[in-house]
Amino acid sequence: MEIFGIPLQAFLGQLVLGLVNGAFYAMLSLGLAVIFGLLDIVNFAHGALYMVGAFAAWIMLDKFGINFWFALVLAPLLVGVLGVVIERTFLKRLYGLDPLYGLLLTFGLSLILEGIFRDQYGVSGQSYPVPELLEGATNLGFMILPNYRAFVVLASLVVCLGTWFLIERTRLGAYLRAGTENAKLVQAFGVNVPLMVMLTYGAGAALAAMAGVLAAPIIQVTPLMGSNLIIVVFAVVVIGGMGSILGSVVTGLVLGLIEGMTRVFYPEASSVVVFVVMVIVLIIRPAGLFGKEA
Amino acid sequence: MKLKTLVAAMAVGLGTMGALAQTNSGPVKIGMITDMASLYADIDGPAGAEMVKWAVQDFGGKVLGRPVEVLSADHQNKADVASSKAREWMDKDNLAMLIGGTSSGTNLAMAKVAQEKKRPFISIGAGSARLTNEDCTPYTVHYAYDTVALAKVAGNALIKAGNKSWYFLTADYAFGQSLEADATTVIKANGGTVAGSVKHPLNASDFSSFLLQAQGSKAQILAMANAGGDFTNAMKAAKEFGITKTMKVAGLLVFINDVHSLGLSNTEGLQLADSWYWNQDDASRKFAKRFFDKYKRMPSSLQAADYSATMNYLKAVQTAGTTDGDKVMATLKSMKFDDFYSKGTIRADGRMIHDMYLFQVKGQKESTTPWDYYKLVAKVPGDQAFTTPAESKCSLIKK
Repeated sequence: MEIFGIPLQAFLGQLVLGLVNGAFYAMLSLGLAVIFGLLDIVNFAHGALYMVGAFAAWIMLDKFGINFWFALVLAPLLVGVLGVVIERTFLKRLYGLDPLYGLLLTFGLSLILEGIFRDQYGVSGQSYPVPELLEGATNLGFMILPNYRAFVVLASLVVCLGTWFLIERTRLGAYLRAGTENAKLVQAFGVNVPLMVMLTYGAGAALAAMAGVLAAPIIQVTPLMGSNLIIVVFAVVVIGGMGSILGSVVTGLVLGLIEGMTRVFYPEASSVVVFVVMVIVLIIRPAGLFGKEA
Repeated sequence: MKLKTLVAAMAVGLGTMGALAQTNSGPVKIGMITDMASLYADIDGPAGAEMVKWAVQDFGGKVLGRPVEVLSADHQNKADVASSKAREWMDKDNLAMLIGGTSSGTNLAMAKVAQEKKRPFISIGAGSARLTNEDCTPYTVHYAYDTVALAKVAGNALIKAGNKSWYFLTADYAFGQSLEADATTVIKANGGTVAGSVKHPLNASDFSSFLLQAQGSKAQILAMANAGGDFTNAMKAAKEFGITKTMKVAGLLVFINDVHSLGLSNTEGLQLADSWYWNQDDASRKFAKRFFDKYKRMPSSLQAADYSATMNYLKAVQTAGTTDGDKVMATLKSMKFDDFYSKGTIRADGRMIHDMYLFQVKGQKESTTPWDYYKLVAKVPGDQAFTTPAESKCSLIKK
């Protein structure tokens, strides 16, 4: 059996791989959407924080022998703290200003972070091994799927659902959403809004770092890994509707699949297909697929 | 009034003469344009530029009684950035010689500027054999390696070992295309077949889809016609998906930095072609130690070539007694080079002809000291490694 001239077997294999990449897009764009949706900051430092997360995991293993599972918790915490520091020292001065200032500031920060790691570790990259528990591969009948990649999809789904639940279905989430709508009013009810905003940025940074740790065993850990990905992730957020959490998760997964298919049918276009989709969506629905019309 | 005008005119005249005189007595400027920050920055980059400076220092810092000055710039892997910087240096700074670092697209663009301005251009890190083939100029020297040599040295050895069917994973730009085409020629000439190829964008982060397609081809050899970060990520994914169990992976352009970054566990047994290895003889080890003391890593073949090319250029200027582009080029092409990097001569088409090597990556147990990664499989003489005069498409080669 063939689909568009491609054996069914190969087609299914590519679908699965697309899902793995989609899981990364979903997790990274989720963090961006949370930060934009609640803080109105276009966080260009997201790719750099993702890279720092991966490096943190690598340094923990290389220098201190801390394994993958601990790194998966520690690295996001560490980068989350870095996020809090960034928010307290720089971003809090920009609230109420044109979002362009935040964009430029975070872009500058990402260049600085990248520069520091490039200077220290070069660009060739560091090898991070797949954790022992997840070594090996499973034969799905139509393809051999490395166990680690299957784990990444699961982990990403858990993180995305958890975040969505926290923001849309809990009291804390309700405060957050209300605080960003009308900070003064919510503060009058005794809620510490600046603290919430600070923790939100920290949590967004931690999400990026977690994606970085998950990526480390798959690709070489290099200072460039964030900037290679960030533009695509921004496209995902725009297509999903800026700030829509559900939108960025769904779009992330779907775009991963579309990109995977393009790699089969016309590989040369695989790096631009996401932007083609973006243009089409923006023409039809300027606010994005899940965005609310302003 | 007339006197004033006359004096003014003389002043202007003297001023211009002063300026002219200065260009012949001021510093001799050598420029290097390479990838300073992106995926090829470790194999050449800032350390490569430093090697040019080391050669100048070791030469004595002066040639023809004039100080030698080194300029360096980042081309960001963009051809337009490279050519406009080269043009600016040649026009404003009276650059005497230009060294081109990594990336074929940028080097092809710089070669055009150098030809127009009649200045020697030594390409070190670019792979595409077009530089001395279709696009050759009287001012280009291609120093370290090229895609034809990589294809002949690595390709021949693999085919002779019985690997007849090939599948290519190719970086989609000038270098990857040249490499795939040159390797295909070698494969077909030796009775092999090409089962297919997949072209990936430069700086692709995920290779699993491409590799799955390669696996479906059932070819014996998966040939990676890419470099730097693209090569390392593809190699890592090939191992993860178990492709290395059913296909033999051939890295057509692998630098020692890539092997170091992937680790021996991911690269053991890999065969690769290169123009130089730090652990090949005493002179090379001496150079490598000096490099290691500064950078805490071993030099790539490109960084060794940066040093060697600069040194030989300065010798040529000394011999020619001038920095004039045509005269220096004539001298370079008449010289016999012999240093720690290689022994060789520059042919009429600009190709430096020297020995190439086929190495195999050692296993973890065989590697006894840090960066002890390669064992020598074969030494291929220059006239067999590079394009032969009969195959050349360069108009400067008389047939």
